[in-house]
Amino acid sequence: MTDTASIPRRNGSSAALRLGWRAAKLVLTLAITFLGLLAITFVIGRVIPIDPVLAVLGERATAAQYDAAREAMGLNDPIWVQFALYVRDALDGNFGTSLMTARPVLEDVTRVFPATLELATIATILGVIFGVPAGVIAATKPGSLTDQLVRLIGLMGYSMPVFWLGLMGLLVFYGELGWVGGPGRLDTTYEFMYELDVPTRTGMILIDTALAGQWEIFANAFSHIVLPASVLGYYSMAYISRMTRSFMIDQLGQEYVTTARVKGMPEWRVVWVHALRNVLVPLITVIALSYANLLEGSVLTETVFAWPGLGLYITNALFSADMAAVMGGTIVVGSAFILLNMLSDLLYRLVDPRARS
Amino acid sequence: MTGWRAWLLDPAPRSPLQARLGQAWLGWLRLSRNPLALIGLLIIVALLVAAALAPLLATHDPYVQNLAGRLQPPLSPDHWLGTDEFGRDIWSRLVYGARITLYIVALVTVTAPVVGLIIGTVSGYFGGIVDTVLMRLTDIFLAFPRLILALAFVAALGPGVENAVLAIALTAWPPYARVARAETLTVRGADYIAAIRLQGAGSGRIIFGHVAPMCLPSVIVRVTLDMAGIILTAAGLGFLGLGAQPPLPEWGLMISSGRKFLFEQWWVATMPGLAIFIVSLGFNLLGDGLRDVLDPRGSSK
Repeated sequence: MTDTASIPRRNGSSAALRLGWRAAKLVLTLAITFLGLLAITFVIGRVIPIDPVLAVLGERATAAQYDAAREAMGLNDPIWVQFALYVRDALDGNFGTSLMTARPVLEDVTRVFPATLELATIATILGVIFGVPAGVIAATKPGSLTDQLVRLIGLMGYSMPVFWLGLMGLLVFYGELGWVGGPGRLDTTYEFMYELDVPTRTGMILIDTALAGQWEIFANAFSHIVLPASVLGYYSMAYISRMTRSFMIDQLGQEYVTTARVKGMPEWRVVWVHALRNVLVPLITVIALSYANLLEGSVLTETVFAWPGLGLYITNALFSADMAAVMGGTIVVGSAFILLNMLSDLLYRLVDPRARS
Repeated sequence: MTGWRAWLLDPAPRSPLQARLGQAWLGWLRLSRNPLALIGLLIIVALLVAAALAPLLATHDPYVQNLAGRLQPPLSPDHWLGTDEFGRDIWSRLVYGARITLYIVALVTVTAPVVGLIIGTVSGYFGGIVDTVLMRLTDIFLAFPRLILALAFVAALGPGVENAVLAIALTAWPPYARVARAETLTVRGADYIAAIRLQGAGSGRIIFGHVAPMCLPSVIVRVTLDMAGIILTAAGLGFLGLGAQPPLPEWGLMISSGRKFLFEQWWVATMPGLAIFIVSLGFNLLGDGLRDVLDPRGSSK
């Protein structure tokens, strides 16, 4: 995102000044990117062939009512004034009212977001647990059968439609074997118990039920989340293992690795302690990116698993022609995506001394 | 060594064409040593053949309904992949669906990389404020979740194959702009560019005649690697009902209609998914192999 070459070097400037400059630059980049996001949703909102005035008044409004409403909605103002008002509303968290639920979009989004977050988090954890070791093992013997196998599993992940894999998972593990819970976050009976007995603290069922000590509901929620999280986790694993492998191969070619081997250090220690420690730094970026991608990938997965998260909310809104909800959801996912990207960038600079200078 | 091979591998080619063909031959030799890439190539060729010869390969009309023979299982006497909820032959629909898939991929790959190439080369060639503005724009688009953005675009434009293509292209160009800009920066200062400039060539001619062709190989590799992603996104839009509309035999759409019968008639949703999977895998395998050939340095990545 930010290339260090463009940062002016000042002679004798203190480290604090440089840090401040960099922070200002980061904030500026963030602001510009966020403005860009709003500009795009604004433009999309304006080119939609739905008349916003008619959507509010209905077809039977008189011409006078129409004009008055149009004026009141600010649609006669110059386009840049409209955009400025749009940005101000967005900063206030005012994304309009959803037609589907008749509630403010922001309220809807904060209600459904924890479900998506819960799913993406567990999927990322699965992706890291399986992806990192697979990548390391593949890198220790490039070209071996294990390496080819890891590569093939990764390539399959890059080639499979996530919604199809989800359906196949449902077919086999729910329909045929009955090992996991079906669509939704809970069975219907447990849904009532959850509403009645479990106070909503985080909105994430697994955490809330654990905090309330409701282990029966916890088990049911777990049986429901296992399959969608594994499906998403597979994609995360494909990406993480591929990147881990290439980082690891770079590290194993370094001289400190040769030195450690010559000193007689056991091979497992060379790989899993010395080299892996240096791989962890770039891996942070990769994991954050994969997490951001899962937030997006959840749109299709949530549709397949009837998972009441942000993705399902956006698609449902889309089919109800509820544009305020679609755009509000898009802005929230986009913002989360942008923030995660920035955060990984920042983290990378913080952890890797070479990126700092 | 036969005559034409000697001509191809001539260390002193007599024409640019001979040199270029020789390079292509060497690349092919390198590619053909990679069995996975060959499998990928085979899959792509099969896809092309299926699309071209769809009327010959299909056993039935993909649109004709036969309600008496609906939801027949695979390996039925007349339908070896079974039939869907309207009694349409799934194999025939898959074969015709190859045309739609190729159509989408082709449209995206002739639009998005061109836009990216123009923005990237202009940005890299002029530098300064032009570069800053264009690259900031690219970064903004890169920072967005692609599928969500495509969803929002389709929501605005209305569902349909062409709009899905437009939405995918609008979200797919930034990586190409990045690649093209990086390549442009390396050739911008080359002597031959300075020579053309001294001959009085305008910026437009230098960029499109002399800089852009140098960026093409990297962009092409990138496009091949992205094709699977394009197919998956298009199928995803189709699955959500925002891409191709019924009764078109688009694979994502077919999965979506088979979803209703998933537990009783599993084949309706399974077969089109297998088709998407195989074709995407083909593009991925070929792309990986091509990258090894054209950019041996990045082969470990």
